[in-house]
Amino acid sequence: MTDGTEDVDSFRRRARTWIHANLRPLAPDETAAPTVALPVQTEEEELAALAREREIQCMVFDAGLAGIGFPREYGGQGLTADHQRAFNAEIVGYEYPARLQAPTFSPCGAVLLEFGTEEQKRRHIPAILKGEEIWMQLLSEPSGGSDVAAALTSAVRDGDEWILNGSKVWTTGASTADWGLCLARTNWDVPKHRGLTVFILPIHQPGIEVRRIEMLNGSTEFCQEFLTDVRVPDSDRIGDVDGGWTVGTRWMFHERMLFNSPFVSIPVGASPGEVGAASIVNVARDAGRFDDRCVRDLLGEAHMLELVGQTLRRRIGRGVAAGRISEQSAAITRLFAGVSSARKATIAFEIAGSAGAAWTSDDGAAANCVDDFLMRQTSCIGGGTTEMARNVISERVLGMPRERTPDRDRPFRDVPRSASTRA
Amino acid sequence: MLLELSADQEIFRDTTARFLTSRVPINEVRSLRNHPAGFDPDYWREGADLGWTSLLVSEEHGGGSVSGAGLVDLTTIAHEFGVHAAPGPLVPTNVVAGTLSAVGGDTHRPVLASLLAGTSVAAWCFGPALSTDGQGPAGPRCRIAGGEVVLDGTQRPVEAAGQADHILVTAWGEAGLTQVLVPTDAAGLSREPMRTADLTRRFSAVTFDGVRVPVEAIVGEPGDADDLLERQLQLAVVIGNAEAVGALQTAFDMTLQWAFDRYSFGRPLASYQELKHRFADQKTWLEACHAVNDAAAAAVDEGSPDAKELVSAAKAFIGDYGSELVQDCVQIHGGIGVTFEHDLHLYLRRVTVNRALYGTPADHRQRISTVLENQKERA
Ligand SMILES: Cc1cc2nc3c(=O)[nH]c(=O)nc-3n(C[C@H](O)[C@H](O)[C@H](O)COP(=O)(O)OP(=O)(O)OC[C@H]3O[C@@H](n4cnc5c(N)ncnc54)[C@H](O)[C@@H]3O)c2cc1C
Repeated sequence: MTDGTEDVDSFRRRARTWIHANLRPLAPDETAAPTVALPVQTEEEELAALAREREIQCMVFDAGLAGIGFPREYGGQGLTADHQRAFNAEIVGYEYPARLQAPTFSPCGAVLLEFGTEEQKRRHIPAILKGEEIWMQLLSEPSGGSDVAAALTSAVRDGDEWILNGSKVWTTGASTADWGLCLARTNWDVPKHRGLTVFILPIHQPGIEVRRIEMLNGSTEFCQEFLTDVRVPDSDRIGDVDGGWTVGTRWMFHERMLFNSPFVSIPVGASPGEVGAASIVNVARDAGRFDDRCVRDLLGEAHMLELVGQTLRRRIGRGVAAGRISEQSAAITRLFAGVSSARKATIAFEIAGSAGAAWTSDDGAAANCVDDFLMRQTSCIGGGTTEMARNVISERVLGMPRERTPDRDRPFRDVPRSASTRA
Repeated sequence: MLLELSADQEIFRDTTARFLTSRVPINEVRSLRNHPAGFDPDYWREGADLGWTSLLVSEEHGGGSVSGAGLVDLTTIAHEFGVHAAPGPLVPTNVVAGTLSAVGGDTHRPVLASLLAGTSVAAWCFGPALSTDGQGPAGPRCRIAGGEVVLDGTQRPVEAAGQADHILVTAWGEAGLTQVLVPTDAAGLSREPMRTADLTRRFSAVTFDGVRVPVEAIVGEPGDADDLLERQLQLAVVIGNAEAVGALQTAFDMTLQWAFDRYSFGRPLASYQELKHRFADQKTWLEACHAVNDAAAAAVDEGSPDAKELVSAAKAFIGDYGSELVQDCVQIHGGIGVTFEHDLHLYLRRVTVNRALYGTPADHRQRISTVLENQKERA
């Protein structure tokens, strides 16, 4: 500890001792993280789960284990990716604040750390690491999510304040969140990328109406927000005026890194947001098909995809960190994760057999596999679609010609739009 | 291959890369199709001087690794073999050399020395390594009689059996699986050449008809070959995968370049989004192939408990996705892609033959599922 940095082994021991003494071991059937389909819960259940996560996060903070990759001056530990990996190994089999990881710690926390003013960082990052502030990404709009830079939500300057109007959509859990990172248009007379600015704002305030959206599986965690004359002090602007795309580019990088991010904890072997290979084993067992050779083949495939995904994340993460490959390569892990997650949902559904069509609670893990199958494509849509990832890989990683973009060099107000959003 | 090699590994890899570029340029590879052995003895000897056969052998026996992780080092060589579609029995010779160094007796030392020097090559009959039901295919059988081991049966396909001076045979005996190092000139041993899709590698069906060798020829203990075989299979798969990934890398690079150069409807192929998206998929699979095999190599070197599943995940993934990748390269080339004149098929062949050797993707998915067996009962 010559330079004051705790070595990985003693950190690991400290983390282990604390986790064993303070966190609840998971029951065999309990997954630490949600699967593809967002859970179907009442608002009370949702709030209770979140309250517990906040409580755990606060304990983690008090134990000096929160924000492993965040600098110390903002309440983090100022440690390395190796420390994070050690923690990820120790947390396996214990409850942990799964929902706070993304988007709160990253991309939101990561973007604040990178672009926030000193004052913004001191105010929000410790609060984030204590579980006091849950953050949302206010990026996608009804008019489109892939073309993020075409945001229509407007911000107009008024003295020391900005007045925001517009609508954001597909924000997961906005109704229970505290703060939002919001991309808005501050200049309509320049090409789209040059007229954007990023703001932070409390979600629950008079000018913001949050409406829940029912997803096809019955979950109501998806939300749409309507912003009407929301006043944001200029001190809550992130980055330069009209410099929002500089922030946005890094924001999307952090989003594509998702569980590969040095700011996020994820138990080793867990696959948040997808049907994990371990849960597919449960489906096979509970469907009574574990010894069927065809099922074995599918189990082997699911496990293979998971191992390949993990090793790919590590390769790309290290390559980017070492500067060997461009940051745009994060799109490679994003594409792989989306497609393989969709395949795993199909495998689970296939193995469930007729329990995929109709089930009772006796069917155990085979019950309700259909929900994950119906929601399968979320893994290829949320966080930027797999088509967008393919665009990035081909154009930015492989250097292939860009698609023709009629919007690039003209004032944004003259750019053609979807029929539904034309004024 | 790893994104970051150490300086020593990089020099080591680069030396082989330059040697292969000058000794077996791609037209030479094409013409070696008519060579009975598929490679020149001098070529192999010079390669051995560059370290091709010493990485899995202990320093005490004259070998040694570059980085301390011999298999990882060897994957850099295998990668270059793939990149150049190079000839030579890299897999069997290394598997046998590594085994003789680890568990061979004194009688095996001279053979090991000749493999290290590159003056001879070895073949490996891996027998029932892949059986998931404990039975395995009907490979050779052995019995011990009066200080001798007697072998009967057939094994196929055996790479480089026709060029090898020795074959490491896996046989069923009363005591269980046993491995024996048999000289290829032993009475009763015959080698029937087989046909293959690879232009420079040679395979045989090897028949043992009452072949007798002294019991000292046994490698390890009689009946104790299960663990040896498992380790050998892991080595063979990782080396073969690294070679396949090298071949995939070349096929991909060639095809990407082609997409920039080739025009249709007044624009380069590379400007069509449909093709761009396929390249994005290919790039993703290719990176995943690198990642999983590098992880498997490291796990085998470290003796990590997840080595078996990683090795099989790598084999299954590279087999399936690698085939799709290289076939899509053919597709994007159009008609020229299915000609003998074009180089692409040399890589297609390498990837394809490696897919079918040492267990198909489906075989390896079954192996992965046996790793999950302990989760069969609810915890
Ligand atoms: C589970 C989930 C969680 C989400 N959470 C959030 C969140 O917290 N915050 C937030 O802001 N958003 C969130 N989103 C929204 C998500 O980012 C968008 O849905 C996504 O970016 C796609 O935008 P869109 O729905 O408007 O589709 P569109 O952009 O309209 O795209 C429609 C289709 O066209 C394809 N397409 C579009 N442009 C191109 C092109 N140039 N080339 C090829 N294909 C193209 C797309 O890939 C897609 O298939 C979430 C979505 C999901 C499913």
